[in-house]
Amino acid sequence: MPELRYIDALRTALADEMAADPRVCVLGEDVGLGGPFGATKGLVERFGDRRVRDTPISEATVAGLAVGAAVAGLRPVVEVMFVDFITLAMDQLVNHAAKLRYMTGGALGVPLTVRAQFGASGGFGAHHSQSLEAWFAHVPGLRAVAPATPNDAYHMLRAAIRSDDPVLFFEHRALYWQRGEVGEPDGDAWAALIRRPGEDVTIVTWSRMTWSVLEAAARLAEEGISAEVVDLRALAPAPLEPVVESVRRTRRLAVVHEAVTTAGLGAEIVARVTEGALDALAAPPVRIGAPFVPPPAGPELEALYVPSPERIASEVRSLVARSRRESRS
Amino acid sequence: MALPPLPRERLHDQLRTMLRIRRFEEALIELAETHDVGHFHVYIGQEVTGVVALDLLEDGDVGYTTHRNHGHLIARGVDPAAMLAEILGKATGTNRGKGGTLHLASAAHGFPTTSSSVGGPIPIAVGSAFAFRALGNRRLSVALFGDGALEEGAWHESVNIAALRALPVVFLVENNSLEALGQKANEYPSSTLAAKRLTDLARPFGVPATVVDGTDARAVHRAMRRAIARARALAGPSFIEAQTVRWPGSRPLWPRLVTGPTDLAMAWEPARIGDEHRPWHEHQDGLLRYVRELLAAGLATPGEVLAIDEAARDEMARAVRFALESPYPAPEEALDDVFA
Repeated sequence: MPELRYIDALRTALADEMAADPRVCVLGEDVGLGGPFGATKGLVERFGDRRVRDTPISEATVAGLAVGAAVAGLRPVVEVMFVDFITLAMDQLVNHAAKLRYMTGGALGVPLTVRAQFGASGGFGAHHSQSLEAWFAHVPGLRAVAPATPNDAYHMLRAAIRSDDPVLFFEHRALYWQRGEVGEPDGDAWAALIRRPGEDVTIVTWSRMTWSVLEAAARLAEEGISAEVVDLRALAPAPLEPVVESVRRTRRLAVVHEAVTTAGLGAEIVARVTEGALDALAAPPVRIGAPFVPPPAGPELEALYVPSPERIASEVRSLVARSRRESRS
Repeated sequence: MALPPLPRERLHDQLRTMLRIRRFEEALIELAETHDVGHFHVYIGQEVTGVVALDLLEDGDVGYTTHRNHGHLIARGVDPAAMLAEILGKATGTNRGKGGTLHLASAAHGFPTTSSSVGGPIPIAVGSAFAFRALGNRRLSVALFGDGALEEGAWHESVNIAALRALPVVFLVENNSLEALGQKANEYPSSTLAAKRLTDLARPFGVPATVVDGTDARAVHRAMRRAIARARALAGPSFIEAQTVRWPGSRPLWPRLVTGPTDLAMAWEPARIGDEHRPWHEHQDGLLRYVRELLAAGLATPGEVLAIDEAARDEMARAVRFALESPYPAPEEALDDVFA
């Protein structure tokens, strides 16, 4: 089993899928050069500039072009350089890609993948650091995924490209250099994964926060708190049945995401899990996310903005302490 | 003489399609007086452009159109009964009741989807052209939109990308805002553009751009034929602005039959034209102009025109009955077709 960096796993997935299916093509700003981080490096040399196309800085029309190309028989993979700029593509993604199947009564599909790099890392500031997955979870017809490991990056990107639905593929840039074994897939591409089994509290998370949560879980274990860490992986629609099942066992729920807590995906998860397991809960669920501010620039403020392992452990510790006092058992 | 250089039978087919569109829209307006049809937009006055231009497309070519789509779909053979059923939200509609008038679609007839966000169809049309070029299948894509779409940012991005890649797309702009200057109460605004000519929005990108009178069938035919040849030769996009005067009945927020049901005899009995809406009946209505030209060229008789019209009116009456008698979708169907 080779060990690959996350970014190499992405490139390998693209290349393998392009080799397997001549309809797959890559579109985006500077993709011929490899993109700002190298995700598409080498692809144009191997597959030619008809299948790996640089586009002008026109996110709106490139998204729409991908819709039209998907409708006409290709399988486009669009790269959005920073998820913050997906805002420019919203009409085509939300009003068109998401809705064509429904509006045509099932006659059309849009097999399109949009890869968007996201997250706060490097202190880039407010236009280059956001987490916007909650917006897309709110749109019927769009799928959204966020792999946390190189193996997931590889298998989930291939699954996204093969899907007949439009898929948003969120890649945290802080994960790009992480190494991991890439081999057999870890379960179904659209299913949640328990990364660390536990008994005392269920912590749901995804993408780069998965690693911060695992670090927090290791510290909590030393204090006698056994945390079950669930990497959600698919964010829209979110596969929450295993989470409900987990919370029924642990009786406590925390959701950790880098996105702003207010109206983030954590709110939906807490609502749905509470609906499914209210009688099992020993305490109100907790959401741990970014404060309600735009992402600050600079490393100092950014470190306060992004949930840290210390903050995660502290909030989970409080959750457990609160519930031991309030437990009905 | 402003008829396309085509055989008599083909010209009669074009007239038949124009009359079917005209009687469809009139039947719909009448239906809306007694039924809740929602908000819709009609193609009355623009039939010549759509019918003559789209008549030149081949199977496999696609078009992407807007809220003003009825004429375009009928022009390419979509069943008016299924369209009317869709407008009423019935299960027998083109979109199984899930799209409505704003999203009428039929992939089999080259209209995969219709967008109602202004400018929405343009990038998608460019995208299908992109695919056709990549697949090497000689097909082309037509973006059908109005003058208003040229105000959207997506227009500028799209024409740029289409020109950069020499994509097989035809941008057919139907400018029906010629005499409406500024916004008036209960009327649609005119073009709000600093550019003085719509063709100025394509020329800087190196895209050949022509303006035609949208009621001049010969000019529409010539411009479209050239644009199609360019596209199939992979020489790049073309921009055609077809100008028409907006039908007076489309000025109020909801279409009203202010000019009355079309009286074809006005084309050969000018005395039938009254003072109300005289300019419309005398020279602005492209359909009457097409009839006059057929008669003047000796290519049709009034009797033939009336016979074609009677068949069109019968067809639309049947379409109305079909739509009214069709069932609504089952409630569960509201939840279908979100994902594959």
